[in-house]
Amino acid sequence: MSALLTVEDLRVCYPTRTGMVEAVRGVSFALGRERLGIVGESGSGKSQTGRAIMGLTPPQAQVTAKTLSFDGIDLLSAPPKLRRSLRGKRIAMILQDPKYSLNPVMSIGRQIVETLREHEDVSGAEARERALEMLAAVQIRDPKRVFGLYPHEVSGGMGQRAMIAMMLVAGPELLIADEPTSALDVTVQLEVLSILDKLVAERGMGLIFVSHDLRLVSSFCDRVLVMYAGRIVEELAASDLANAKHPYTQGLFNCMPVIGADRHPLPVLDRKPEWAL
Amino acid sequence: MSAIVSVENLSVVFDDFTALDNVSIDVSAGGSFGLVGESGSGKSTLLRAIAGLAPPAGGTMRIAGLELRGRDRDKAFYRAVQMVFQDPYGSLHPRQTIDRQLMEPLAIHGVRDGERRILKALDEVGLGSGFRFRYPHQLSGGQRQRVAIARALILEPSILLLDEPTSALDASVQAEVLNLLEQVRRDRKLTFVMVSHDLGVVTHMCDRLAVMQGGRVVERLTADDLATGRIDEDYTRNLMVASKGFRRHAEPIT
Amino acid sequence: MSLATETPPMTRREWLLSDRPQSRLQARLGRAYMTWRRFSANRLAVVGLLILLALVLVAAFADYIAPHSPFIGNLAGARLLPPGSEGYLLGTDDQGRDILSRLIYGSRLTLMVVALVAIIAAPVGLIVGAVAGYAGGWIDAILMRVTDIFLAFPKLVLALAFVAALGPGIENAVIAIAITSWPPYARIARAETLTVRNSDYIAAVRLMGASPMRIVFRHVMPMCLSSLIVRVTLDMAGIILTAAGLGFLGLGAQPPLPEWGAMIASGRRFILDHWWVATMPGIAILIVSLGFNLLGDGLRDALDPRESGQ
Repeated sequence: MSALLTVEDLRVCYPTRTGMVEAVRGVSFALGRERLGIVGESGSGKSQTGRAIMGLTPPQAQVTAKTLSFDGIDLLSAPPKLRRSLRGKRIAMILQDPKYSLNPVMSIGRQIVETLREHEDVSGAEARERALEMLAAVQIRDPKRVFGLYPHEVSGGMGQRAMIAMMLVAGPELLIADEPTSALDVTVQLEVLSILDKLVAERGMGLIFVSHDLRLVSSFCDRVLVMYAGRIVEELAASDLANAKHPYTQGLFNCMPVIGADRHPLPVLDRKPEWAL
Repeated sequence: MSAIVSVENLSVVFDDFTALDNVSIDVSAGGSFGLVGESGSGKSTLLRAIAGLAPPAGGTMRIAGLELRGRDRDKAFYRAVQMVFQDPYGSLHPRQTIDRQLMEPLAIHGVRDGERRILKALDEVGLGSGFRFRYPHQLSGGQRQRVAIARALILEPSILLLDEPTSALDASVQAEVLNLLEQVRRDRKLTFVMVSHDLGVVTHMCDRLAVMQGGRVVERLTADDLATGRIDEDYTRNLMVASKGFRRHAEPIT
Repeated sequence: MSLATETPPMTRREWLLSDRPQSRLQARLGRAYMTWRRFSANRLAVVGLLILLALVLVAAFADYIAPHSPFIGNLAGARLLPPGSEGYLLGTDDQGRDILSRLIYGSRLTLMVVALVAIIAAPVGLIVGAVAGYAGGWIDAILMRVTDIFLAFPKLVLALAFVAALGPGIENAVIAIAITSWPPYARIARAETLTVRNSDYIAAVRLMGASPMRIVFRHVMPMCLSSLIVRVTLDMAGIILTAAGLGFLGLGAQPPLPEWGAMIASGRRFILDHWWVATMPGIAILIVSLGFNLLGDGLRDALDPRESGQ
């Protein structure tokens, strides 16, 4: 499995009124055509990691790394034009809430067509055809009707599927999904995940799944990285989660209330200061 | 056991949208009742209707046998029933210190010895006195939710309405807050009516549940029944299965 | 060799920025300090503040600063002297009065107009808007229609009408301007109230049994203050100009009061040969209006109601 994405010692810093704050402190991993989960709580730096790879951190953020390369292209030294051409075409990102990540004043179909035409030289008619194909691929039953709808006219689950369609229409090789199902109801979550799963497998894509939900990530991904305070504290195979070594991972795994498990009180995470070092 | 909270055939309509359609539930004193459902099921609306925050279009609601009329509630009601909201930032006034916000219910009800009560309330939810004069934006989500719980308890109610109290919190913080809620309920012998979309949370915290969908109660069962699969309705069963996580049907790619 | 056995006392700055305030006062002052830091980071805003502080000082110490009397001029020997003349830094007007001294004393009138209008109009607008926004229904409708009526008239025309009815004079000019200034504040307060009304923290206070009056005055209005303060500050420039306009038309301050607008009016006749008589008060109005605008802009940034952290 060749490395699609190589990250070595990634750091993201923000200037604040009280000094520099390091949101990501030396994250390293390699990703092939597999499903990698990055799990952490708020403030762990997981979202910032995903955005740094995409090049979507805010302008005041400072991103540094020993290596940040996608398919051999060094992302840090690449000119902005090259990064822009990669975004959408070869690396795509799905965000959490379609209410906020889809353009509210453009119809869904138009947004997908725009994404496609940005990266490929296709006629309007062909772009429309491919957009409709894509909407069908995310299991939207009436693609023609949804094509003309606006984001506020569709449910959360459908909006997220439209977002997936929009992001995958240009055929990227790497997909970064930042909490793609957190804003959805649990039954809808599974539908969206199975669509994502199928598409990723069919197209041989690499997937980075960023989430706060350890159990969900472990049931969906092949490998899991657990982040705490900007660092990776543990890296393990998803199937191996029950044998996690780091106390944070163990704590995170055990503290969720599970149907049928009768633990009163729930085991609570005892945060040790040395984890943040 | 007599029902301390009793809702019969309650309907709530917003413009032409029916949020609740003939809903009935009974909560016994000292019990913990869960309302489960997905978004749009009406579970939060039911809680808000009991609190007097949503207009009932039909049906009756009773607290300890006394009927509640429309949206009018009296001070005695507020001393008996309090609510904890979902969004920890949204439920605390951004421009007031914690001290001021805890003092407010005491001031409204003319309770003396506010100083002692505030310190006791903060202590009960595990926040030190150093938090007393902070503003909400200086607190983490979990801390804010603790303040919200302290505020709900400061008037010493007997019934607590909880609207997804931990949905907006990190998993580890959720465990702490759930433990706190359990302890508080034990210590003060409270009655809980808790809304959640998370079956794990609701089966952990509650004895009896009502599963809601589209403004109606689909099934009533005990947490035990749910955990052991003694489920009648398909919808409930689907929810159960979905809560267990993602199941892949094909082989993972290598 | 000294052994430090106790922690050194906090500096004032540390005390203000402490994340464990020990009293309500400390918390309030700390918050005010953070706002001040945000504000002073904007240099133009500080310039605006300095201009206004200068205005206040000039008005307060007018008796000591002004070289001549603003009312009595040297009719015989010092009429229409140009700026830079001996003893008359900014020149004299057609009655031999020192323009600099008149400007200095006129600052008191300007300040008075601005302060009175703000004190009258802002609270009225705030209360009307917040009550309308929170109550909704027919109360909202009636109050907003009244507001609309006042808004429909051009400010200066309505002020003119009031002054014409009440008689000329600076006090009546103040009343007239205040009456026409409050509607935008009501609109702002209502808009903020509508946003705030549905939030959980207001629901929480309702669930404590607070009366609507208590909720509006103690919980909703503080949320409207930031937007209102910014708007009032930005409006001050316009208020000065309206007062000057009324003075210019002879309906505001009456002679011999050294109101800046009236000075421009009376200096109009000489603008070609003796430009300084009208221009100097004009420059004064310009500088003070600029000061208010810069201050207002700075306040808008510093008082951002969506502050998310220290």
